[in-house]
Amino acid sequence: MMMMAADGEANPKSIRIDLQLIADMIEPGTRVLDAGCGNGMLLDYLWREKQVDARGIEISTQGVQACVSAGLSVVQGNVETDLKDYPDDAFDYVILSQTLQAMHEPREVLAQMMRIGKRAIVSLPNFAYWRLRLYIMFKGRMPVSDKLPYEWYNTPNIHFCTISDFVALAKEMNLSIEKSLFLDEEGTSKTIGKSILAANWLGEQAVFLLRK
Amino acid sequence: MSAHEANASGAEKAYANGPWTLPGHRVCLARETPLRLDSGVKLHDVHIAYDTWGTLNGDKSNAILVCHALTGDHYVVDPHPITGKPGWWNNVVGPGRVIDTDRYFVICSNILGGCMGTTGPQDVNPDTQKPWGLDFPVITIGDMVRAQKLLIEHLGIETLFAVAGGSMGGMQVLEWAYQFPESVFAAIPIATAARHSAQNIAFNEVGRQAIMSDPDWCGGDYHSHGKHPHRGLAVARMAAHITYLSETALTRKFGRSLQDRDAVTYGFDADFQVESYLRHQGSTFVDRFDANSYLYITRAMDYFDLGQHHDGQLARAFKDTPVRFLVMSFTSDWLYPTRENREIVHALNAGAANVSFVEIESDKGHDAFLLDEPEFHKVFEGFLEGCAEHRGLQRKPS
Repeated sequence: MMMMAADGEANPKSIRIDLQLIADMIEPGTRVLDAGCGNGMLLDYLWREKQVDARGIEISTQGVQACVSAGLSVVQGNVETDLKDYPDDAFDYVILSQTLQAMHEPREVLAQMMRIGKRAIVSLPNFAYWRLRLYIMFKGRMPVSDKLPYEWYNTPNIHFCTISDFVALAKEMNLSIEKSLFLDEEGTSKTIGKSILAANWLGEQAVFLLRK
Repeated sequence: MSAHEANASGAEKAYANGPWTLPGHRVCLARETPLRLDSGVKLHDVHIAYDTWGTLNGDKSNAILVCHALTGDHYVVDPHPITGKPGWWNNVVGPGRVIDTDRYFVICSNILGGCMGTTGPQDVNPDTQKPWGLDFPVITIGDMVRAQKLLIEHLGIETLFAVAGGSMGGMQVLEWAYQFPESVFAAIPIATAARHSAQNIAFNEVGRQAIMSDPDWCGGDYHSHGKHPHRGLAVARMAAHITYLSETALTRKFGRSLQDRDAVTYGFDADFQVESYLRHQGSTFVDRFDANSYLYITRAMDYFDLGQHHDGQLARAFKDTPVRFLVMSFTSDWLYPTRENREIVHALNAGAANVSFVEIESDKGHDAFLLDEPEFHKVFEGFLEGCAEHRGLQRKPS
């Protein structure tokens, strides 16, 4: 399994910081679906460290092969079309990590996640992050950065939103936000809570734990 | 093909009224309690020919059942006793291979209705002392699996670590998981379907009609007449063989190349290499296969529809199943296309089952599951490794 090098701390496994934030929101021994699980880094962590019954959906052949070859339960498929196959409340958590903005119908995907899971965890890049705002203000071009390396014409990210946008959508869909965190440019996580405007300015990424 | 008419085939010779002569084991089961078939017929004294590789561990938790396809048999690893060709899955099963016989105890049995030692239509009906022929009851994939279950119980195994197979073997895998979910830890159905499609029933019907229209078939009673419908069976095999390949594979292998000649002959000889190849496939097949077996087994495939007991809803067949599944398909397989494999996956998901699914890139058609496909083998092996860890079996030493 692809793993980042252990940093020598007490924590036996080390994963990407945004994935760690998601993992920290999950109770041990639960049933989890990672929708768009990539090479399975989070699933592997959840299974080994939290004894989670971990499942995944991944669209890329390469990703699925890496996952299944590593002993993870992953189905090759499309999150946008395949969530509807699962029964109501099949999972304790459904995770969508850095993928909502690439969906054609993000609202429908979120609705499906809430149908098949008791809770949903969504992480997303915040398009209102101050560096992106300044990029547009001063350059007048669509932002390109380490985290968002695509040009406007080849980006898979077709539905960017901001932290404020997502909070508004959750409200509109009557979803309660149980936890919300943002990551600043140093990779430090902070609670969003009531300070949405500040988080929307400072947060490069955000993670939400949602409940029906 | 006249040479075949004069000589009994290898399979027939092996049977020739004497003691069992083919390599492998053979056991007589269902002696006291008959095997009740889906048709309602009760079959007793069922012979099952099988072979095993590796060693069963102390708690009998490392057994893997391999299920063979329509024209396969239990000669998985070792050379075939009649054709001398390598075992049909010797690139998957063996020491250090995907199904590692150094770690697992592997079993494969000839299916019910088959012609390599397990009870089938060419055997003698114990009630009449004549070959069964068309009096043999029509069997189903479910019946094949219940016969395999008898064998597994005979071997003292309660739970199989895994059941794996491609094509019709995959149907048996699904049937195992459906009928005996508590006896299967992991199921690996490959290049298969949960119900036989109209197109596949149609192809099978062409094969059956080819056999039945051969005068030597004698209404199914050819054994009593000392004949064998070799021509019909060969044509059935030729037609079926095309469906196992892909246009790309046929083009790559043969194109329009001519067979041992520089120009077409304006006749009906095998001018093209592809014709010659198919004729060879047909004529070698009849040496090792019984025509009535072909009828019965293709019928069993046609009847296969796992959802039928649940108002056509496959998902309900697998609701809350404890079995871990790995479904695999191949991009160029048009006999059991990815779409049909995915239907299995959708049903399993709807039952919230533990399922993995991978579509393997290959241009070799349905036969890809028998060939050296590194990605296929890698995923297969990885899945088994993961299952071994979940099952508490020893992981492969790295």
